[in-house]
Amino acid sequence: MQEYLITTPTLVWLILLFLIPTLLVFAISFRPATPSGGIGEGWTLDTWRSVAETNYNSIYWRTFWLSLATTVICLVIAIPVGHWMAQTSPKWRNFALLLIILPFWTNFLIRIHAWRTFLHPDGFFKDTLIFLGLAEEQTQLLYNEWTILAVLVYSYLPFAILPIYAAAEKFDYALLEAARDLGTTRAGAFFRVFLPGISKGILTALLIVFIPALGSYAIPDIIGGTSSEMIGNKIAQRVFSDRNLPHASALSSLLAVVVFMPMLIALATQRDRSPKKSTGGDA
Amino acid sequence: MKQSKMPLIITIFVLVFFYVPILVLVAQSFNAARFGGSWQGFTFRWYEELFQNHNVLRATRNTLLVAFITTVVSTLLGTLAGWALHHYKTGLQKVHYGFIYAPLVVPDILMGMSLLLLFVNLSIPLSLNTIIIAHITFCISYVTLVVLGRLQDFDFSLIEAAQDLGAGTLTIFWKILVPLLGPGIAAGALLAFTLSIDDFVITYLVAGPGSTTLPVYVYSMMKFGSPAQINALCVLFMAATFSIVILSQLVLNKKQ
Repeated sequence: MQEYLITTPTLVWLILLFLIPTLLVFAISFRPATPSGGIGEGWTLDTWRSVAETNYNSIYWRTFWLSLATTVICLVIAIPVGHWMAQTSPKWRNFALLLIILPFWTNFLIRIHAWRTFLHPDGFFKDTLIFLGLAEEQTQLLYNEWTILAVLVYSYLPFAILPIYAAAEKFDYALLEAARDLGTTRAGAFFRVFLPGISKGILTALLIVFIPALGSYAIPDIIGGTSSEMIGNKIAQRVFSDRNLPHASALSSLLAVVVFMPMLIALATQRDRSPKKSTGGDA
Repeated sequence: MKQSKMPLIITIFVLVFFYVPILVLVAQSFNAARFGGSWQGFTFRWYEELFQNHNVLRATRNTLLVAFITTVVSTLLGTLAGWALHHYKTGLQKVHYGFIYAPLVVPDILMGMSLLLLFVNLSIPLSLNTIIIAHITFCISYVTLVVLGRLQDFDFSLIEAAQDLGAGTLTIFWKILVPLLGPGIAAGALLAFTLSIDDFVITYLVAGPGSTTLPVYVYSMMKFGSPAQINALCVLFMAATFSIVILSQLVLNKKQ
């Protein structure tokens, strides 16, 4: 009895405000849109037909490759950083941990804005590049896909470092020495002993970066231009500019399916589901 | 074994990568040039203009109001949920855990869209109320997991020992539960408060006219406002967040 009393409040709240709204997104994608921006009566497949049209393909593709590239770059950087932090003295480790977490206590819009200031056409970074002969006066640093990629990596890198560091800290480094003693090369020991040893941390990092990256909205909106939109921008456009909620719902449903697929695969392959801390609702 | 220097070099590179844009932003907020870029002398002008901007003050008030209510409600709900998840190992709690966990892995834009559609369907006008409801929804999961984590370290035989020694329910509550679980619940509440203050994407989708919060205001300024004032606003916002974090760390560490 007491169990129901203390379980009901959150369960009811989340059913009413999380489960039902999520199902609603799928349902409304089959509703017609009214010219006034509302949701019409009856059911239709027209929205899904227009979402499947080819002019969206470039946006789907960009969303996918930017998220994938972000994830790969974050992992490639996070693994040596996590490794270093696990190996160094506690004093340096805590200091590095603090330095890594600190900037991410600031609002993520501010971090995106910091990048805009940093890459300003008359800013010191551009001047440095010109001085080094790496850029021309007319080179545009902002509003392209590469800048979006850099800011995505900037935003998600700490969320990749933390789980990998946590896994590396539990890794028994004597195993690496044993592998070396048995004649493995340094690279062989790294790929065949260290990486499998921290695989759980890598998997967590992968999900924590890839999923929110797929749903990116603010970063491409502020840093990118109209030629570098991602699916999140299209959803927001359908809500705010054209006011076509069924269309926005269809795009959101598509995103939901793509997001839940790797999660289900991960849950199926990873049996114990210890609570992982997810990202701070950002980006 | 000889250590490779590569990991250290990469770590240093990462830290530079993290801090340089922020330092440039702080420097630019004191730059007299109206549109940023090259340095044209030191000024406090943008900060002065900011303090005369009523919209900023109103947005700050809205943000704090939303964060306060969100924190109270989600801490209450999250603590109950954490307690339930810890105490009962039933099928119901497995489902309950699934519901707590799922919102953490859903991208913000999806959650914002789903709540927007709910409000539109029920003809609920978008306002501060809808923002508060949305914030509570995503904060519950975080508070629950933080409280649950602390409960797992809590030694429940202490309560039995106190009962054996004749302590009443109130004594147990004030002398054992509050001092031992308080820091965990406070940590959950603090997380909810910072998440609420920080949220942009979900808020932007469910905010109505006149219910602008600080992140939403920062966003509209980024799109349409004076770049110099945004720099100043960003630096102040950043300073405020850092102070809250440092202060809370001090308070929490003292309690433990």
